[in-house]
Amino acid sequence: MIAATYSVGAVAVFVTAALLVLVGAIGVISVKNPVHAAMSLIMTLFGVAVAFVAQSADFLAAVQIIVYAGAIVVLFLFVIMFLGVDRREGVRVEPLVGQRPLAATGVAITVAGIVILMARSHWVSGAMSVSTSGTALATGSGNVSQLGTAVFTTYLYAFEATAALLVIAVVGAIVLARRERLIDEEDA
Amino acid sequence: MNVPAAWYLVLAAVLFGVGAYGLLTRRSALIMFMCLELMLNAVNLTFVTFSRTMSDIAGQVTVFFVMVVAAAEVTVGLGIVVAIFRRRSSTSVDELSEMKG
Repeated sequence: MIAATYSVGAVAVFVTAALLVLVGAIGVISVKNPVHAAMSLIMTLFGVAVAFVAQSADFLAAVQIIVYAGAIVVLFLFVIMFLGVDRREGVRVEPLVGQRPLAATGVAITVAGIVILMARSHWVSGAMSVSTSGTALATGSGNVSQLGTAVFTTYLYAFEATAALLVIAVVGAIVLARRERLIDEEDA
Repeated sequence: MNVPAAWYLVLAAVLFGVGAYGLLTRRSALIMFMCLELMLNAVNLTFVTFSRTMSDIAGQVTVFFVMVVAAAEVTVGLGIVVAIFRRRSSTSVDELSEMKG
């Protein structure tokens, strides 16, 4: 029935992406070893990248792999191994009584609320946005140039601000992770 | 024809829920950061889906900026985790309870 309405390829791509995303996400929240959790996170990020490609966001899919799976997860792994916390954490222990059921209930209510909101409202009308001034979003490879044009014209100030943000984050990380002991040794 | 946007939106909602559950229940600060990444990715997927539905590039631009902010956030957050680990020899957030009233 589904295959009759939508092309088999699109459905297969969606199912693949959904499986990668969900298996990876459940792996992140359920495995004990932080290294394995980071590997599951990579799986989820690849699944999201597949979903990006399927929706013709090619540049974002590439950035997703390079920045997220390449840089951020490597940073996670580096910190995990640097701190030596790759031993197991007791997942079964529950120090706060009733934490898990409360969390599960809250999350279930939230997700159900979002899905009901999507199902009952009609803001996914398929109408074109007014901000694009009539130019349709190109599918396929034409998308990248549109994204670049938008970033370097309409959103130029925000783009410059992200440069400042990244510099501040790097300086902040160095200040936070610096060893205070080095200053004492210089004084001694 | 591509699958309807609602499929991707429901997938993103479920991914957000899984990430929120992990953030609420796990106690290792590192795992909590990973769950935060899951939630950010769920929102990114929603943005890209609406970008396709509404045929507006602004959604993808927003995802681009979210990725930058996420990278900065992870950098500073892991710096804080390293600083706390130096002091406490643990990444468990249960032990950070000095300011409990």
